[in-house]
Amino acid sequence: MREPPPTPAERPHETVLEVHGLTKTFPGVRALDGVDFDLARGEVHAILGENGAGKSTFMNVLYGLLRPDSGDIRLWGQPYAPASPNDAVAAGVGMVHQHFMLIPALTVAENVALGAEPRRRGALDLERVVARLEELSEAFGLEVPPRARVADLSVGMRQRVEILKAFYRDARLLILDEPTALLTPQEVRELFRVIPQFTERGVSVIFISHKLAEVSQIAQRVTVVRRGKSVDTRPTAGATPRELARLMVGRDVDLQIPHPEVEPGAALLEVRGLRAEGLEPLDLEVREGEIVAVAGVEGNGQEPLIGALAGLLPAQGEVVLDGRPIHNLSVRKRVESGLGLIPSDRQDEGLVLPLNVAENLALRQYYRPPFGRGGLLDLGYWLERATAAVERFDVRPPAPRAKASALSGGNQQKVVLAREILGEPKVLIASQPTRGLDIGAAEFVHQQLLELRGHKRGVLLISLDLDEVLGLADRVVVLYRGRAMGELTRAEATREKVGLMMLGHQDAEEAA
Amino acid sequence: MSARTIWPGIAIVIAFVVGGILTFAFGNDPITAYRALLSGSFGDVYSIASTLVVTLPLAITGIAVAFSFRSGLFNISAGGQYWLGGIAAAWVGYAVKLPAVLHIPLAMLAAVAAGALWGAVIPGLAKAYRGAHEVITTLMMTYIATDFGHYLLEGGPMQAPGYTPQSPPMQPSAIIATLVPGTQLTWAILLVPVIAVLAWFVLQRTSLGFSLRLAGYNLRAARYAGVNPVAAVLTALAISGGLAGFAGSIQVLGVDRRLFDGFDPSYGYTAIVVALLARNGPFGVLLAAILFGALDTGASQMQIVANVPFNLAGVIQGIIIFFIAAEGLLRYFRRRRSAPAAEPRAAAAE
Repeated sequence: MREPPPTPAERPHETVLEVHGLTKTFPGVRALDGVDFDLARGEVHAILGENGAGKSTFMNVLYGLLRPDSGDIRLWGQPYAPASPNDAVAAGVGMVHQHFMLIPALTVAENVALGAEPRRRGALDLERVVARLEELSEAFGLEVPPRARVADLSVGMRQRVEILKAFYRDARLLILDEPTALLTPQEVRELFRVIPQFTERGVSVIFISHKLAEVSQIAQRVTVVRRGKSVDTRPTAGATPRELARLMVGRDVDLQIPHPEVEPGAALLEVRGLRAEGLEPLDLEVREGEIVAVAGVEGNGQEPLIGALAGLLPAQGEVVLDGRPIHNLSVRKRVESGLGLIPSDRQDEGLVLPLNVAENLALRQYYRPPFGRGGLLDLGYWLERATAAVERFDVRPPAPRAKASALSGGNQQKVVLAREILGEPKVLIASQPTRGLDIGAAEFVHQQLLELRGHKRGVLLISLDLDEVLGLADRVVVLYRGRAMGELTRAEATREKVGLMMLGHQDAEEAA
Repeated sequence: MSARTIWPGIAIVIAFVVGGILTFAFGNDPITAYRALLSGSFGDVYSIASTLVVTLPLAITGIAVAFSFRSGLFNISAGGQYWLGGIAAAWVGYAVKLPAVLHIPLAMLAAVAAGALWGAVIPGLAKAYRGAHEVITTLMMTYIATDFGHYLLEGGPMQAPGYTPQSPPMQPSAIIATLVPGTQLTWAILLVPVIAVLAWFVLQRTSLGFSLRLAGYNLRAARYAGVNPVAAVLTALAISGGLAGFAGSIQVLGVDRRLFDGFDPSYGYTAIVVALLARNGPFGVLLAAILFGALDTGASQMQIVANVPFNLAGVIQGIIIFFIAAEGLLRYFRRRRSAPAAEPRAAAAE
């Protein structure tokens, strides 16, 4: 059952997976509209596409979570139609989801064994798991502490546990869904170092991504999907990022974020000794015409910082907006003083999904003129304003009465952005403003933030996306475990330095 | 029209069909039974008036419950607030001497205040500051209210001289005039549509209502929008409780004309069904309250004419409740079953 997979030398160019004409329709959406794909033994084959292009649907079909409407799938030459992830695992397919499926309170070994526990006289035989885990770690170059609790591990380490979980179940085809999304550059490099060790041992890898550079770096071939169709498959050698971007988006795109010179002015937001649960005393300044980025791995104090600034969480310390202390003011008064906020969670915080676009655009000002007067709402004005706003911010469909829940993620974000920018903030806190957006919508958001900067407003950008941070920021502050690890100017902020600080190195110079 | 909007209609039809089958199974003619039910509730001016007498408290407590539901709170103690409103109105009605133009409004105001405080103070503060769930606290407050009422009337300070557990009668200046002579229907029925319009207006057209709805939809987003969650909880429970208390005053001042031991808190529970059947819309509440009022009133005629037990009306009400609840459960399970597919679907929609 657990025979070692034959090496590529024994059976060269053997086809592992063949997919022809795969389709899958959800109500109102053709998620997959004719996908062709093939994977050779020991190959890393990337699937490149924007959010919503159909990558996840395709993977969920391969992993038995969804059934296709039509199409032909062959795995190791046999027809393959998994009815559940168990079928997929039994067929040798393993998947590492973007969001890990681990139980933090359990140890690494317990997590790996979960659902496939070896037993001895009815009791869980953890020693066997540990032994096997050490074997696998050795073979694939994935070092993990088998007895450590998952809660105590870094994100990169947790990912290794996920991969080992797949190998523990004898996966010979490994699907990695956006594996770099949550990693620091150093962790990405480590991942890219071990992937070739998998393929050397005959494992084939499907690598899902929307990042052009890493696809060219790790994969031998790339299949680009757009709107549910596989538009092209080609070797990565010789494919330029520009070409790939055009295939992915369907038009020419500007990959470089333009960053015109703006002379920063007076301080607009001054933060001194701000602390909250999960945030150690922090100093920060945003000047007129400046984008200050807060970089860091998710969960390192970003949410406490945002909550403390916006008045949503109890906090101590000073927050001064345009010369006026606001740290004792309510959420509402802070908005009135000119503090805008694009929350990280647009669906659960930035918008009220059952309400329509016009209502969502009025969300933070509904009680005061011209939105309402004497306690009564002027709904006519709301509609009028929304009609202009959906036009200016290119919300599709341009329907002020459409429910927010009916909009796509990108258009939902445009509504949040429109509301906050139309509120004319002095300083806008933008938390992960492009998470989950496609290239076009992200471009639009970036333009709007740069426009604010051009108008001598301040922007505090909180982002997990290093490309976004490095592309937009005038200064970068790195958060690690609720602490500021230091501040870098635009010139100083390299991918390497920021990445090291994200891992907790106080001084990037000394660590590098 | 979506399945969601026509479902209450379907539930009602199913309930009547099942009720008909049961009637037939027990050897009676369902057509005769339903004809008697209809004529007993809408057949002439007296039966219509009797139907509306039941409709009146149900409609107002139904609006009270719907209002709390729209604000994201489950005030299931409309019955308790109704009792408190009845107590307050009764006391003002027999103990205070005033001309009618002042007496009735004062008694009503006292009832509104009593209901509002009963709803807002303990359940509201417990929810706002300690996170105690209002379903538990308002339910307990209902028991306290009814037991308090019984204490007042059974040897307590509000008992009229004699052995009957009842308050002294209302003074004439506190009694709401009858609309249809020979029935218990008073002019107060005209307030019901006014209250429905007001409730709708507050929710849909005022900034107060908007903030309550925000809190009802999504508390996180409401906080982000600058709504004070404590104020929202207290206000919503006070308005809901005040409305239920108001219903109590109309019952005491118009129908019963004194406070009885048997002053019925079960309206508070039927009001929940009325609100659910109406999807929490103030106007739908009126229709649902008329339906339940008619079932209650027509049932006795049905028993006399068609020899079908009075309890059939209760069976029909029960089946309606069952199907309204079942739909909620179905939606819950459907959502759970499609949960694994939800992620790609959301992605595909982007």
